[in-house]
Amino acid sequence: MIEANLLGLLNIDSFRHDLIQNIGVAIMSLSVIFVILGLTYFKKWRWLFKEWLSSLDHKKIGIMYIVVAVLMLSKAGFDALIMRTQQALSVGNHHGIVSSSHYQQIFSSHGTTMIFFAAMGLMFGIINLAVPLMIGTRDVAFPWLNSVSFWLFAAGMILLNTSLAIGDFSGAGWLAYPPLSELQYSPTVGVDYWIWSLQIAGVGSLLSGINFIVTILTKRAKGMNLMKMPMFVWSILGSMTLVTFAFPVLTATLALLALDRLIGTHFFTSGGGGNPMMYVNLIWAWGHPEVYILILPAFGIFSEIVATFSRKKLFGYKSMVWAIWAIVILSFTVWLHHFFTMGAGADVNGFFGIMTMIIAIPTGVKIFNWLFTMFRGRITFSAPMIWFIGFILLFSIGGVAGVILAVPPADFQLHNSLFLVAHFHTMIVSGVLFGYFAGIVYWFPKFFGIRLNEKLGKIAAYLWILGFIVAFVPLYALGIMGATRRMDHYSASMGWQPLFIVAGVGVLIIGSGLLAIVAQVAYSIYKHLDYRDKTGDPWDGRTLEWSIPSPAPSYNFSVLPTIKKPDDFWDLKQTNRKVELNYSDISMPKNSYLGLFISAGAFSFGFGVVWHIFWLSIIGLILIFSSIIIRTLDENTEYIITKESLIRDDMKFYGEAK
Amino acid sequence: MKFFKIIALISVPLFFIASIVIYVSSHNAQVFNSAGIIASKEKSLILFSLFLSLFVLLPVYIMLIFFSIKYRADNKSSKYSPNFGSSRIVESVWWLIPTILIFILSIVTWQSSHDLDPYKKINSSTKPINIQVVAMDWKWLFIYPEEGIATVNAIYIPKDTPINFELTADAPMNSFWVPQLSGQIYAMPGMNTKLSIMSDKLGVYSGRSANISGEGFAGMLFDVNVVNQSQYNNWVKDTRLSSRVLNNTSYDQLAKPTENVTPFSYSFVSPELYKSILYKYNATDDNMSKAMGM
Repeated sequence: MIEANLLGLLNIDSFRHDLIQNIGVAIMSLSVIFVILGLTYFKKWRWLFKEWLSSLDHKKIGIMYIVVAVLMLSKAGFDALIMRTQQALSVGNHHGIVSSSHYQQIFSSHGTTMIFFAAMGLMFGIINLAVPLMIGTRDVAFPWLNSVSFWLFAAGMILLNTSLAIGDFSGAGWLAYPPLSELQYSPTVGVDYWIWSLQIAGVGSLLSGINFIVTILTKRAKGMNLMKMPMFVWSILGSMTLVTFAFPVLTATLALLALDRLIGTHFFTSGGGGNPMMYVNLIWAWGHPEVYILILPAFGIFSEIVATFSRKKLFGYKSMVWAIWAIVILSFTVWLHHFFTMGAGADVNGFFGIMTMIIAIPTGVKIFNWLFTMFRGRITFSAPMIWFIGFILLFSIGGVAGVILAVPPADFQLHNSLFLVAHFHTMIVSGVLFGYFAGIVYWFPKFFGIRLNEKLGKIAAYLWILGFIVAFVPLYALGIMGATRRMDHYSASMGWQPLFIVAGVGVLIIGSGLLAIVAQVAYSIYKHLDYRDKTGDPWDGRTLEWSIPSPAPSYNFSVLPTIKKPDDFWDLKQTNRKVELNYSDISMPKNSYLGLFISAGAFSFGFGVVWHIFWLSIIGLILIFSSIIIRTLDENTEYIITKESLIRDDMKFYGEAK
Repeated sequence: MKFFKIIALISVPLFFIASIVIYVSSHNAQVFNSAGIIASKEKSLILFSLFLSLFVLLPVYIMLIFFSIKYRADNKSSKYSPNFGSSRIVESVWWLIPTILIFILSIVTWQSSHDLDPYKKINSSTKPINIQVVAMDWKWLFIYPEEGIATVNAIYIPKDTPINFELTADAPMNSFWVPQLSGQIYAMPGMNTKLSIMSDKLGVYSGRSANISGEGFAGMLFDVNVVNQSQYNNWVKDTRLSSRVLNNTSYDQLAKPTENVTPFSYSFVSPELYKSILYKYNATDDNMSKAMGM
């Protein structure tokens, strides 16, 4: 199906949009122009490329992940605001602010962006920042691969956002069930944008997953056997195991759907021997583990935070490890609970219902262990701890809703309703996001060398908790009142409107919470002289990352640590154990621009396939493969840091501290 | 001051949640306001699992609040054991309590999955009525095969009579949902799903599609009119007088995408229509018989 036209399906109509879309495009282009002007004015281009875009330093890659993720969080937050406005207004004779097809694109883009680019981005950002430091190593196992992962993630993100300006986005929901997502019912390029942005970012996630499993298994400090690892590292090992097993399923499923749309196969079409139900099974075989991929790291962060701020050992370490692995295995056995209503029969539904409930047991155990970590502790309620309290309060409610939804006949009544929407937002917002925010506040001093303002941090946490309650309790209620998800319009006689309006207010409160986080970071940077972390250990921490200077030097540890006990650094401080420092020269990976080239190649490939501009796709592939070959042939990939400069750095930091 | 703060932090959300609950209970909470035997069983199942979950939820909340207050850093009088990191007894309790609760709930789940299986026909001395449902772009077609009539976006059924739905789609996947009568079942192209319901209360109950199926999805609304037997008989008689008939030609006309369709009816339906819609997506007879569950 090679097009005769050099520009494939692209034509002038691809750039025509309605008012709200144009505003979105304008905001996006203005921000890009603003950034370009700023970089030019302050002459920072060289700095940007040399220090950041080409960096193989896991900490810088982590920060870039978080920057992209926060941008995507704000963008998808705007989507949420438009959705709430639409549903608050579009009643009876009023039809709100967007058309139904545009509304459908907005909720599809909201879900896709939030999961793949906001949550996954924050997750990989935090993992990149914290894991190598916590296991006492200088880098991940494959530093260049790590940069490629990030750049594939970035390419997917850019491709997804291009759909705002050129063409349209999928209107088939965040998981694009066929046959709606097939060519017959979605003839525009929207679904292709969805497929290829996820496909590109998904490959990046898979590579990251493998990278961190190898890092954790092979790069731990001497003496740190598995049962001495911090709980966060355990949870990352679990989560990355899930990534490695689940993401290939996503890749294969999307590839089949792409073949249906591109060359007219019939894997999931409604006619021609295709079976859409197969897609629904496959996508959830990835989709359910994905939920745990996101939540396990958050559990890990809370495990570190609750122990640190209670100044007490984490309770039930072994139980926690078992709980993580129970969750990892069970999460592959519950996918069918996402479609009890497809008519699989009572035995099948009953089995998957019971498996789903069983997964609540290890999760419950973890909550009790955290609470018992607080028991007989000395708890300081710093901002990360407020996030933790909010998490327990709200996440437990989400868990109860989840147990109810696990009973198949109860699910028949609540499936696809706003009750379901409220349930998974409780899990993803108060579980995943709260965890990641807490983690960012907790580890911020380690990477930027400044502490964050406590007051603004607490205000942000309270606003999020309050906003969450105001935005999502009405959705639970609306589900009970029979409101389904994804409606762009409803009849006034249902009595739903007041609750939609209240939910809209909730989104505004959450939005102000997001602004409070931005204000917290901005104010702390502005006042950086007062907020400097001079000790490297601002929270009286327990794990290795607090044993080095803040901000962490590029090589992390001037001397690689040796571990004797779990929470070794805490033990060191308590017992005044002395550590011998045997400095020696070390080698670190050099920067590489090839990740950037691969990203450009992946974007060209994706954009070319979406618009059937196949020459562009071929150029993209050539760019990707030649970059890989160049890297393979390059033997000069490391540089040496001398013993003397390591000693000089340490003297400088610790000299100042005293 | 501190005390006041804690009280405020707890009572403001509680007050908010209470007012939402009051709002919902003073309006039509369709899932709980059941008018059919299936919906009312499903409602009690929701409430039972909620009740059981409280045995975990309440201890969590109580411990969270109690520990937060008692073990805060400035309360030096409370005990501090920084190395208290495990206890076989305590940990066994948390593995055990949820396990017991989940065990109870599992039995309920297994039984209710079978008892409320949508494919299971409802036992009753009254002769059931069969209705064939076709989800279309973007409206619902309801065929009464025995009566030979059909309606669009409206159902009439007699009270206390089992209704056996068979569902398919000539459109993307949809989900058939009348919250006051029963839970959902998907309507999918080339597939035949089933659902049995029985209403025990006269009235008009709103139904909709719960699964996104394209632009007109939000307008796929229909009313289920539960009437008594004689009113039902009259309705069938009146419908037979309608000037519209549903054959292949008029079906093709109906199949064109339309939005927010006002209900209307057909006095005659060609008997093989439902099969032919199913058959459209299944090229072989073998697939056909599988799709029909034969």
